Formats: sequence, C-alpha cells, structure tokens
Amino acid sequence: MTMFLAILFYLAFVIFVAGVAYKIYDYARTPAPLSIPTTPAPTTQSGVAFRMAREVVLFESLFKANLWIWLFGWLFHMALFLVLIRHLRYFTEPVWNWVAILQPFGMYAGFAMAAGLAGLWGRRFLVERIRYISTPSDHLMLVLLLLIALSGLGIKFFMHTDITAVKVFFLGLMMFDIQPLSAHIGLYVHLLLVALLMIIFPFSKLLHAPGVFFSPTRNQVDNPREVRHLAPWAAQIEKN
Amino acid sequence: MADQAFKIPEYREFPTIPALVPGAMAHSKPYVANEKIQAEMGFPGKLVDNWEEKAIEKFGELLGKYRSLKVFMDSCVHCGACTDKCHYFISTGDPKNMPVARQELMRSVYRRYFTLPGKLFPSLVGARDLTKEVLDEWFSYFWQCSECRRCSVFCPYGIDTAEVTMAARHIMDSIGYGQKYSNEIIVKLNKIGNNLGLPGPALENTLEGLEEDIKEDTGVDVKYPLNVKGAEVLLVTPSADFFAEPHIESLIGYGKVFHAAGISWTLSSYASEAGNFGLFNGSYEHMREVALRVRKAALELGVKRIVVGECGHAWRVAYAFWNTLIGLGAGAKDPFAIELQNQLDPRHMQPSHICEFTWDLIQQGRLKFDKEKNDHRIITFHDSCNVARGSRMGNYAGGQFDIPRNVIKAVANNYVEMAPDTICESTFCCGGGGGVLTDDLIELRVKGAFPRMEALKQVADGQGVNFMATICAICKAQFSKVLPYYGFDMRLVGGVHQLVSTAIRLGDEQ
Repeated sequence: MTMFLAILFYLAFVIFVAGVAYKIYDYARTPAPLSIPTTPAPTTQSGVAFRMAREVVLFESLFKANLWIWLFGWLFHMALFLVLIRHLRYFTEPVWNWVAILQPFGMYAGFAMAAGLAGLWGRRFLVERIRYISTPSDHLMLVLLLLIALSGLGIKFFMHTDITAVKVFFLGLMMFDIQPLSAHIGLYVHLLLVALLMIIFPFSKLLHAPGVFFSPTRNQVDNPREVRHLAPWAAQIEKN
Repeated sequence: MADQAFKIPEYREFPTIPALVPGAMAHSKPYVANEKIQAEMGFPGKLVDNWEEKAIEKFGELLGKYRSLKVFMDSCVHCGACTDKCHYFISTGDPKNMPVARQELMRSVYRRYFTLPGKLFPSLVGARDLTKEVLDEWFSYFWQCSECRRCSVFCPYGIDTAEVTMAARHIMDSIGYGQKYSNEIIVKLNKIGNNLGLPGPALENTLEGLEEDIKEDTGVDVKYPLNVKGAEVLLVTPSADFFAEPHIESLIGYGKVFHAAGISWTLSSYASEAGNFGLFNGSYEHMREVALRVRKAALELGVKRIVVGECGHAWRVAYAFWNTLIGLGAGAKDPFAIELQNQLDPRHMQPSHICEFTWDLIQQGRLKFDKEKNDHRIITFHDSCNVARGSRMGNYAGGQFDIPRNVIKAVANNYVEMAPDTICESTFCCGGGGGVLTDDLIELRVKGAFPRMEALKQVADGQGVNFMATICAICKAQFSKVLPYYGFDMRLVGGVHQLVSTAIRLGDEQ
C-alpha cells in the first residue's frame, strides 16, 4: 500500500501541477481583444489588484449576491486555506514558525470546513433554483471534499494515526526516498481522496481557482479611452 | 392591450424570487434572418448541411480568440449567486432564464466537445451533444438575453453572460441561423449609414424642419448642421433621435446646448448612427465595420472632438471599444490610430458622452437654466445597463452614475431616486436591449420590463414621479411601447437632454 500510495501521489502531483500550469498558460496566451471590465471598475493597476484581493479574500461579489451562499462558501474556503497551511507541517522540517503558530486554528478549521461544505450541499437539495442547476458532478465534488474533511477530522480526533510516520513518508516522497506508511484505514481513505481531488482538479470546475485571476471583467483596468487594447488577431484585420 | 396572447406580470406586494416554471418561455423565438440578409452579412443564407461540425469549429475558434469565453466556460461552479438576478427570470420564472442555466446551454456543449470529462462521462458532468434540439434552444434562449451584464456584477468570478450570449449568437450566425432584426439593421447601416435606413436627403429635410419648429417655439435660430467641414464637434447619435418620440426631444436639447455654448458642431449623414448592433451579435468584424464609418466621417470633416448622443450600448462601444476598433482615443503608437489622434484635440476625452459634454459646460458656468420650467415634472433616472456596467463617464469610477444625475439636478428641481437595488450597478434592463427590440419578441419585452416597472410604480405611487429620464435610445423606444401595459402613460419616459432642452436659456431670447 505504501508503494501504491507513493506512486499515486507522484502521479497526482504531476497531473495536478502540469494540468493547472497548462490551463494557466492557456488562459494567459488567449487574448482579451476588448476592454470589458464590469464597471464601475478601478482606473489603475493597483486599483485592480485591490479589487481582485477583495474578490478572492472576501468574495465581495458573492456577498452582494447572496448572503447564504457567501456564508457557506466563504467559511469553507477560508477554513480550507487554514487546513492547507496546517498540513504544511507534513512537508517541512523544521516546521516553519508561522505554520506552527497557525496550527491550533487549522485544527478547528477542519470543522468549519465541513460545516461550510454541508451548508453548500444542503442548498443543492433545499433551494429549488440551485437544485435545478446542479449536475451529478456538483454533488460528487461536494461529497469528495466533505469526505476528505471528515476523514481528516476522523484520524485527528477519533482514530489516531501515526502522524510522525506520515510526515516521514511525505518528506521521503519529496526526496524520492519512499518510507513506510503505517497501515491505517482512515489514513488510506484520506490520502486516496486527496490524490483523487488533485487528479480531477485540472479537468473540473475547480479551475475557478486560477480562472478568477484571469477573468477579464475583474482583472482589467478601466482605461479604454487612454489605452488601445489591440489583440494580435485583431491587429491583423487592420492590415487587410 | 386587449390583443396580447400572454399574461402581463402583476405587481407584487412583497417581491420574492419566483418558483421555477420550466419551459415558460420555450416558445419565445425571434424571426430567423432570410438568405438575402445573411448573404449581405457574409454569413450562409440558411442552416448549412454540416452545421454541427461548423458550429463546433467556430466555437473552437472563439475559444482561442476570447479569453473571456475560455475562462467563463471553465470557471462556473454552479453556486447559484446569479440565479435570481436576471430580469427575464424574475418576470417569467423560466429556469433557463437564470444566467447560469443560460450559460449552461453553451457550457454543456463546451464540455462535450472540448473537455476530457465531457467526452468520457457526459451525463455525469452535464455535457450534451449539439443536436438540432439544443441548437433551437440556443436560438430561443440566447435571444432572451439582453446582454445587460447584471448577472456579472454578482458572479464571484465575474462571469459575464453577455459574452457567452454574444459568442453563441456569433456561432449561430456563422452556420446560417441568424436573427432577422439585428442583422437587418446592420445591413441597413452598412448601406445607408444608420439603423433606420434614413438616407442623407431625408435627414437634411428632417433637420431643417426641426430648426423651423424650434424657431417657432423659441424665436431663436438653433441650427442642426449636417456634414459641415471644419466644425469643432462631430455629434454621433442614435438615428432614432432624428424622428422617434421622445428621442427627438433630446436631439433638440443637444442642439440647444451647442447653441448656448457657442460651439460649432455637425452631424454626419455618412455616420448618422451611434448604435452598433455588431456588439449584440458578438462579431468583432461587424462591430468594427460599423464603427469605421465614424472614423471616416471624423477624418473627412476634420473635427476636433467626437461627442456621442444618448444611447446605452452605443456609449459602451464608443467608450470601451472605439479606441481599440478604430483608433479613436489616445495612447496608441501605431500609424492607424495616430492619424486620428493627431487630428483630435487631446485636451478633451475622446470620445465624450453628451452628458459629460453638457456637465463640463455647466461646471464652467457656460450654460444657464430656468430650473422652474421643469417644475411640472417629478423626475427619476433609469440607469441604462450598458452605460452603468459597461462604461464610464468623467475621470473616476462611477462617474457614469453621477454625471447624468448631476445634469438632471442642474436643470430641474424635483428629483427622486428609485430603490437602491434597482439603480446604478444593480440597475434593471428596460427589457428591450441587446438586440431584442423587435415586435416578434413583444412578450419577452413586456415581461422583461417588469422589475423596472415595479421600481417605477413605487416612486410613482409614493412620490408622484411622472418622468423617468434615461440616456438610451433603446430604453426610450422600449419603455414607450411597454409602459402602457403596466398602466403608465407612454410619455412618462424621456431623455436627460429633453429636460435640458426645457430649462436651458439660449442666451439670445427675444
């Protein structure tokens, strides 16, 4: 099982990194031929950075749209962020100071994450409009994330696993030196699901994570009278 | 309105999000463009034999040309933030008028042909083949979007359904499934110079008649010059301003402003249209072709400034796209753009909106008003979607909300604001924008106006509002038509410069 998980994680890592990198490259190389920020929009580059920061840290537009979705969505994402930071301890030796400081918050963030996910999933059943737009994959994605959160909480609070061995395993993976992982069903489930998530990431709606940064309605400066935004393919038309 | 075969939405005491009524608007379809129109647009005359293949090919091409489309196809998580934001959904309950569901008509096809999971597990991820049924659904529901961008304000990823709608329409055009109304207008414009097909001599006649009317009314010789070389300002305005009511009242107002300020100006018969329906169909080439007329007229007439009249989508195209499309703006280093930049006066924003122009003059103290002449009016302002969410006025974000209001308040005493969630960036479309202002879509138009009508009803009943000012030719035409369905007088809508016209002192009164 150790060997299987090791290979799986190498594979998942490559698919995740290469897939997301390709998508980012693909977004970056595709021209935005017209100035289409949703106005009122910032008129400076720093203003755009501030708008984007509010969008990805506070979910500003979502807040304006719907408080329930904002509450569950923001709770889930911020908690996930803390949980990810907490998990850095499995990949660093010695553990970075700021990671150590955030440890306790990350621990309880696991519950917040599960609560946020449960709320989001509940809406897919309870709100008619959202039930209508939900595809099977929308449900499965939430199930997957929820199971990751629950299995993680499980091995933390109910069925302890040898986390030192887990750390040795991952540090080993990073050095291409495979170390044995203690046999533990909860841990296996947790790790398998995380690997699965990494594999489907570049092919799924999880692409909203890099996508938001490339969204022309949010990342463009409102300066069309001052700057010409000529895409290469559009400039070609001018030459004809 | 006894002859209509559909139910007009009823005012609600407590507005709530409607329950879903699947298929409520599935029957709504505009007329299909005929072969002649399509041919003149450079599109196939009718649905080509291998349309599925061609459509997917075009789809792929657009994904490579527009980052917006590519990112928007991938990014939606079906969170539901947009589901209650579309005026067509609010008034019809048809789930496919929820912005996410409208996008999904296209996204399902995207997944099937352009993504791995869609190719492997179509039903799992909601991927669909582009069948004739799906295509017909596109034709129905992508012509139930007014490209107003209200949903994009609320989307956490800024997904703009207008971009998706434009791409879908462009694809349909390219396989021979165009919409009659919009394409006919583009053809007319390319032949004659304006959307209404008003030829030069007729335009000249109209303007002369206008001058006589104003002379009779005011005793003052206010001029409406046409094709005057060497004028300071070229005014490009929607052709509806030349004869439609209430549009013409604003045209009268523009002329009075130029007269009172003593600034020479001209209209152009060649570029006698600010509107640009190329925007609605998502065709960069057509949009550019339409806009090029303005460039050519400006160069020929040798004007120093370009000012755009009251028209919503026209202002979006002028403000946001003209610099890119035809080099009308600043900051470019290429010869094409420099030619025009050298001619235009860099001390002014190019182009300027007529409200920016008038507001500038007011601030400089160059215009005087008798505000009490507007005292019989209690005025509110309807933000037009393309101005509100697709453009700007002045030199700061949000100027597009303040400047028209500033002008109104400078010329009138009674001003009332509608409910905050229905104005500024949250404004509701009039229901007729984006290429649906045609009688074959009258049901859609009447229903789509409903959220605005509710907000208007509130201030009409509460504060006695009897005039809704707006700065869009489509809004004016649409409201004139649909106001009576909701128990209002059609003359309740008018232009901002109609109010200016009423109150302005021409400076040389007898």
